[in-house]
Amino acid sequence: MLVIKDLAVKFPSRFGDVTAIEDVDMTIAPGEIHGLVGESGAGKSTVGAAVIGLLPTPGYVAGGELTLGDTDLRALSREEAHRLRGDRISMIFQDPQTSLNPLMTVEDQLVETIQAHSDVGYEAAHKRAVDLLEEIGIENASARIKSYPHQFSGGMRQRVVIALALCTDPEVIIADEPTTALDVAVQSQVLELIRRLADTRGIAFMLITHDIGVIAQVADRVTVMRHGKVMESGETRQVLGAPEHPYTRALMAAVPPLDRRIERFAIPEPEAGGAGAGEAAERWLLEGVGGAATGLRVLDLSVQFAGTRTSLFKKPEPFTALHDISFEVRPGSIMGVVGESGSGKSTLAKVLTGLVSPASGQMHLGDAPLPGAKQRGRGHPSRQLIQMVFQDPYSSLNSRHRIGAILAEPLWLYGLVQEAGARRELAAQMLDLVGLPADAIDKYPHQFSGGQRQRIAVARALLARPRFLICDEPTSALDVSIQAEILNLLKDLQANFGLTILFITHNLTVVRQMADDMIVLRRGRIEEAGSTEAVFEAPQAEYTQKLLSLTPVMPREWQIAG
Amino acid sequence: MVYFILKRLVQSVFVMLAVAFLAFALFRFVGDPVSQMTGVETSVQDQEKLREELGLNDPFAVQFYRFTTDMLRGDFGFSYRTRQPVAQMISARIPATLELGFVALLISLIVGIPAGVYTALRPRGVTSQTILMVTLVGVSIPTFVIGIMLIFYFGVKLGWLPTFGRGGTVNVAGWETSFLTVEGWRSLILPALTLGVYQLTLTMRLVRAEMMEVMRSDYIRFATARGVPMGRLYFRHALSNTLVPVITIIGLQFGGVIAFSIVTESVFQWPGLGLLFLESIRFVDIPVMGVYLVVIALFFVIVNMVVDLLYVAIDPRLRVRDAT
Repeated sequence: MLVIKDLAVKFPSRFGDVTAIEDVDMTIAPGEIHGLVGESGAGKSTVGAAVIGLLPTPGYVAGGELTLGDTDLRALSREEAHRLRGDRISMIFQDPQTSLNPLMTVEDQLVETIQAHSDVGYEAAHKRAVDLLEEIGIENASARIKSYPHQFSGGMRQRVVIALALCTDPEVIIADEPTTALDVAVQSQVLELIRRLADTRGIAFMLITHDIGVIAQVADRVTVMRHGKVMESGETRQVLGAPEHPYTRALMAAVPPLDRRIERFAIPEPEAGGAGAGEAAERWLLEGVGGAATGLRVLDLSVQFAGTRTSLFKKPEPFTALHDISFEVRPGSIMGVVGESGSGKSTLAKVLTGLVSPASGQMHLGDAPLPGAKQRGRGHPSRQLIQMVFQDPYSSLNSRHRIGAILAEPLWLYGLVQEAGARRELAAQMLDLVGLPADAIDKYPHQFSGGQRQRIAVARALLARPRFLICDEPTSALDVSIQAEILNLLKDLQANFGLTILFITHNLTVVRQMADDMIVLRRGRIEEAGSTEAVFEAPQAEYTQKLLSLTPVMPREWQIAG
Repeated sequence: MVYFILKRLVQSVFVMLAVAFLAFALFRFVGDPVSQMTGVETSVQDQEKLREELGLNDPFAVQFYRFTTDMLRGDFGFSYRTRQPVAQMISARIPATLELGFVALLISLIVGIPAGVYTALRPRGVTSQTILMVTLVGVSIPTFVIGIMLIFYFGVKLGWLPTFGRGGTVNVAGWETSFLTVEGWRSLILPALTLGVYQLTLTMRLVRAEMMEVMRSDYIRFATARGVPMGRLYFRHALSNTLVPVITIIGLQFGGVIAFSIVTESVFQWPGLGLLFLESIRFVDIPVMGVYLVVIALFFVIVNMVVDLLYVAIDPRLRVRDAT
């Protein structure tokens, strides 16, 4: 039984101690999955780190109680705390790509961990490791155990991570966003595994996540956090079914439903940036439209990449990322592209923006043919007409440039506005349009939150006066409430300026809300295409049905209308 | 794997050809070989005759072909200065330089890697700060000053160690080694230290920076969360990941140590390649300079190849994916 009482964590800084979390109470019984939900900055990972004693320096536990069984976790010495880690408390990290040592075999890492905590020989440790991998669901474990982490797929790697956390038979496992980096199919398998381990082995799980759908699916109890404080806590059924705290209600309302389409997303607390702002920028955009919206036609498009060379004399087998794809985006509509990782959806974005050359096939933007990357010069008009919003707002803005310079770049690059003063003015108006304060223009990207940065990225794309916008997972790095804001913004832009949007995502609920038509990609082929309503109401392909059934959703009766 | 090695070999051949071309151009176009070889009293007819005999009137391509094939056969020509075969001069000097470079590298690794690890794990400790400061002084002072200071203190003032030459050497199968005599080792200490100090600082700072980066990575945090013993955590998990990029730099450095040991060798009158090169420059001994160029290039090529192979040995992700 893990008991957390009045926990407070502080980070010393130049201006005195900053309180990261305070008054956190939580009790996790054996066999229980306790969900800890909140948006980024809520302090949920800090709770987990405090329990396992791995707070990032210089953070420290300032008050409260932490007890596991009858052990006082705060009273332990450094050595005792380290011995306890793994032995009684373990942890699962978010990204299986980075949480395993790439230079050691899975066997080395497992055996080492087992031997660190129990006095067994290599043979016994090896046997336990193999048994565990089998239990976790890795086929042919006795052979696979000799592999290095990179030889496993993402989902299998997360299983290995779980096996590592489990191999010492801990009482508590802290799972910090264990499925965020995984595809839906893999996510549901991993969640099932966690549920099973809690039931059969009586392990207490602290499941830290920002995804309420995940909580609804597996957690027994849930604690909602915001700004380092507990907002609401109790049984999952109770908290999500009849939320008492307004924040919980708002958080749930921001989650897009899978089974119906809503007009606008509810937003917990709208950020600054008034309605009716940025009129000048709006006029400028409309002025550039000067006519109808532009569609996109793609016919028999294939993309191949060079494969790994396996023989000296044979040419390497090319890897085909896209197989004869054909589809059409109607002018002024939003086309959703759905697929799991490796389905080729990002390759599609690259080939349309002219970063990758197609092996065969044709592309047409409006009536004009769209040449492949090699034939498409720097000055080709499509370089301006097609713009892109990337997934990660942290790396898609140059951190050494001020926002003003970032926004002015498309204006001079495409020769849209000649005069520097006018460019700056327009950039300021555009910031207004996307809902950012005017003083943002002289700041640097790191001074903004993820959602604000994504707004800047959208503003930059718009300042090129595009006719066709490609959004590659624009909200998957963002919290639900921020996601709702960005999606609302994109919807408005599409409605007001007749923009045509290609919306790439792995998240089915978002597609349902955003797209008019959609295609489902799998291993470079189109599994299903049609209007969004039709696909969701009556999915034809087995694969689409599977994806739909695996997407974690809240039970209908818990949903809150926006 | 075989493909990888073959590819690197083919690339190396081209690198060596390019260097051979440079050496040849030096030989052919810097000064006139005939006027270097003959005195003032040689008549113009005789000079022309010599030119014809030496094949200097042949087309450029033919001469270059002859130059490279001679090289491949081990015929490097004769020194203008000593009239000895260049091959003999170079091979007599190589052991001295290689041994010096090797010991210097060893010093830099044996001290540099642990010091790097230590300063990375205790970045704020007094000892770490002291080490960092002292080594910074080590890089800032030019090599020859360090050498002279060492000579002054240990050689002249204390009189503990010899200040020039290789001391006693033993000939093992044509290789003059100073590893087998006490006097040889004593002579080796000061020059190796001088040459190693700079490398040491670089190695240490590189290890430190990489190690600090690795210690922040998810897999180290995960290993800590699993309670992997600290010793294993630092040296098995963290250090091996640290070494991947460090090896490249160390490899290049070792090439540099060999190529630029000139200063140290001249300070300590160390009879190695560097000293030979300096003497050759003084006498415009172009054949020796050309061959020196080729030998050093060959050395760089070999070291780089070894580094690449080490890379593959350390990092399983670079091995060909056989069974997945």
